Amino acid sequence: MPSLKDLKNRIESVKSTRKITKAMQMVAAAKLRRAQESAEAARPYAERFNAVMAGLAASVGGSDSAPLLLRGTGSDQVHLLVVMTAERGLCGGFNSNIAKLARTRANELLAKGKTVKILTVGKKGRDALKRDFAKHSVGHVDLSGIKSMGYANAQDIARDVLARFDAGEFDVATIFYAKFENVVTQVPTAQQIIPAAFETDGEGDEVALFDYEPSEEAILADLLPRGVATQIFSALLENGASEQGARMSAMDNATRNAGEMIDKLTIEFNRSRQAVITNELIEIISGAEAL
Amino acid sequence: MANTMQFDLVSPERRLASLQVSAVQIPGADGDMTAMPDHAPTITTLRPGVLKVEGPEGTSEYLVTGGFAQIGADTLSVLAEKAIPVTEVTRAHLDELIAEARSSHEAAKGQEHTSVVDDAAKLLADMEALGTHMGL
Repeated sequence: MPSLKDLKNRIESVKSTRKITKAMQMVAAAKLRRAQESAEAARPYAERFNAVMAGLAASVGGSDSAPLLLRGTGSDQVHLLVVMTAERGLCGGFNSNIAKLARTRANELLAKGKTVKILTVGKKGRDALKRDFAKHSVGHVDLSGIKSMGYANAQDIARDVLARFDAGEFDVATIFYAKFENVVTQVPTAQQIIPAAFETDGEGDEVALFDYEPSEEAILADLLPRGVATQIFSALLENGASEQGARMSAMDNATRNAGEMIDKLTIEFNRSRQAVITNELIEIISGAEAL
Repeated sequence: MANTMQFDLVSPERRLASLQVSAVQIPGADGDMTAMPDHAPTITTLRPGVLKVEGPEGTSEYLVTGGFAQIGADTLSVLAEKAIPVTEVTRAHLDELIAEARSSHEAAKGQEHTSVVDDAAKLLADMEALGTHMGL
């Protein structure tokens, strides 16, 4: 049976924990709003870009002269997994879900005898994959110093990936990130970026009517690397929103748990205090009777 | 015949403009072109330069780099990697762009394909011309 003082200390400490988780939740809520706004602001660009690329890809795609980024290197022996996670923890299953998806994929590929290379973006993903895949890791992009994700960050990552592709280091690149559905649901997603796979939604015919200046091939060659950056950028933004959403709900749960714990401890504290008082009374009374 | 068309200027980070315009001068990769309503559907890539927008509410100018323009009969979308209203462009922006162009020029010098070097050199020249044009 813990003493009254122990219980009191315990309640105090849980109370301060609750204050911290509450504050973190509110910070995450504010950041989430901003992250969602920037994710939404980026959407028109990505959508139009993909629509045009899909049209171009459909009209040029079949030919042998299509850029390597579009038709691939012709093999799928070496896979590059770009695993994008957060820099910080305390956001529920966010980081581990992405890492788990990447790990499953890596194991599948390894079982098929493919070569796997891993590029991690964000500290937590690196930590999670370090133990199992240390020898597959080819690099890490640190985002810890970045306050708000800009297109320049995506470009840096894209440049890194493209340089590796040009050097023939891999055949297929896939990015792993969490798609933001809503505050409680974030879906870990794998998306192939090289060779480029564009979603065609029946707009191909319409786009094919356009005149191209310069030629379709030249435009495609110019736009494909930008497409990689665009896809990485949207993934980064989705990830940012997902991280804050995950943290918000995780901290909400933590706050509620702390509240429950405080209630339970308070009841226990009151009971023991009452027991102490009753005890004292019994002692006094029996002492008085003995006289 | 419509005398205005819907014009959208979007960068990866935000939508900069969405309005009705009568003519837009685009710095296309193969040369400047002016798109007016009922233009033949065209897609062109951009070179770094100034995008001039003429609308019923006056004209505005944007500094754009990289990306493409999609021209339709009554719509015009410009997707630029960087787009800044000219009034907000400072020497610092330009220096940054010039530095970027210069480094890609330097990087291209080592390559065998002369076209890459030429392209980079052209980009650099474009950037510097841009600065003079805007009087910075």
